Amino acid sequence: MVADVSLFQQVSAVAHRSVTRTLRQRGLLVFPVLFPLILFAINGSALSAATHIHGFPVSNYRDFALALPFIQGALFVSISAGTDLARDVETGFFNRLALTPLRGSALLVGQLGGAFVVASIQSIVYLLVGIATGVGIRAGVGGAVVLLALSTLISFGFACLGCLIALRFGSGEAVQGIFPLLFVLVFLSSSSLPRNLIKTDWFREVATYNPVSYLIEGVRSLIITGWDGEALALGFGFAAALAVIALALAERAMRTRLVRT
Amino acid sequence: MSRFLYVTKGVAWRSIHNTIVSPAILLPSIIFPLFFLVAFAGGLSRIADIPNFDYRPGYTAFQFVFVFLQSAAFGGVFTGFAVARDFDSGFARRLLLSAPQRSGIVAGYVIGALLRWFITGSVVTIAALIAGMNVFGSGIDLVGLLGLGIAMNFAAALWACGLAMFLRTEQAGALIQMPVFVLLFLAPVYVPVHLLTGWIHAVARYNPVTVALDAGRGLLAGSPIRVALAFALLAGAALVLAVFARRGLASAERAG
Repeated sequence: MVADVSLFQQVSAVAHRSVTRTLRQRGLLVFPVLFPLILFAINGSALSAATHIHGFPVSNYRDFALALPFIQGALFVSISAGTDLARDVETGFFNRLALTPLRGSALLVGQLGGAFVVASIQSIVYLLVGIATGVGIRAGVGGAVVLLALSTLISFGFACLGCLIALRFGSGEAVQGIFPLLFVLVFLSSSSLPRNLIKTDWFREVATYNPVSYLIEGVRSLIITGWDGEALALGFGFAAALAVIALALAERAMRTRLVRT
Repeated sequence: MSRFLYVTKGVAWRSIHNTIVSPAILLPSIIFPLFFLVAFAGGLSRIADIPNFDYRPGYTAFQFVFVFLQSAAFGGVFTGFAVARDFDSGFARRLLLSAPQRSGIVAGYVIGALLRWFITGSVVTIAALIAGMNVFGSGIDLVGLLGLGIAMNFAAALWACGLAMFLRTEQAGALIQMPVFVLLFLAPVYVPVHLLTGWIHAVARYNPVTVALDAGRGLLAGSPIRVALAFALLAGAALVLAVFARRGLASAERAG
């Protein structure tokens, strides 16, 4: 009877559990949404003097800063997705699942369902808060939809990374431990100033080779430039590459984790 | 008095010993300020080119003072995490039972926070000097800056210890650090207060951290401003937070 359950049904069952668990832990929803917004509110005003720099692309720093909450939110999604999965490993839930005919890929994709819900909710909240504070989306309504799609893909990519860490190390502490590294990657990017306006040479070099710069610039282009094909291609390209690579590695790690003995 | 000192010494020694022998505790408290220094002083150095940015020692020095004081505050916050961890592990309850003078526990944690910050503060200072930070203040000015850091660390440690003792769980971590983080970032972090506009200007003007930050930047530049006010505010905060921490200890004692 169990063998008759399709892959889709398996994914749905695991996704339902993941989404329910996420929605029950309101702290997991509130903190990832609130913290980037606090930083947006502060930096959006505190760095407004940066718009006086010759060549700065916008006259209101909030327009420039709005891209950052989407990326910071994605980092929090990676931590919550990874921590949830690690908890399943730590509590022995995975060992019990290994006794069932559930497929590893179904379990992984289903687990990411909760992360997808958080990513979608927070992206919409960031966009609405941005618009409410006077940020205009240069690319229009269609651009806002693409922005939501890109930010959700970025969050999904980071969630896959969180799951990969959880599956490789099987510990929530290891997942939490990667957060500072991800945070550093965000700050060593073009998050605060456009790359061409970064004065310190080595910092500009690091930001140029840092893929996070292109994720931010992809999101930002829709807000401050309009339709910029190159920025969008790089943004979607790096986000998709992150998701595909992390998902493939996570799938491999899942197979090892669920090995039937 | 000797019993108080005995407990204080024991708790402080344990606190600093745990910090030094455990990289998982020591490294984040060093890496985070360093990373802020690099990200702000390196990534935002172009800010120094905007009209009316008039801090003579330059942008690295401007950011160093913020990161220096921030590391002092977070040295205190991290100690609050350690207190919460001690309650979660059951150690703090055993400590409460065995300590002959319990107020020495708070004093010990606070001194532990200070010793921990001396490590972080030294690393941040060395990093800033390597990055070419200009120091125009005299020796006395720099002692004043160090004093501001000590006072900031003292106040933050009392806040963090007090709250950790009230809540007695590691889950209090966000609640311990968030007000400190927000208060620090509502000060003129990136530009002097006169270059801020909008609501952040109004908030920063009345934020006590702004006074400490202005005093610290003035001392590093060799032209001290509002130093007495900064010390008075930090002393006042420490006094209030010492009462708060003592109440936190009393709450932990009642909880048993």
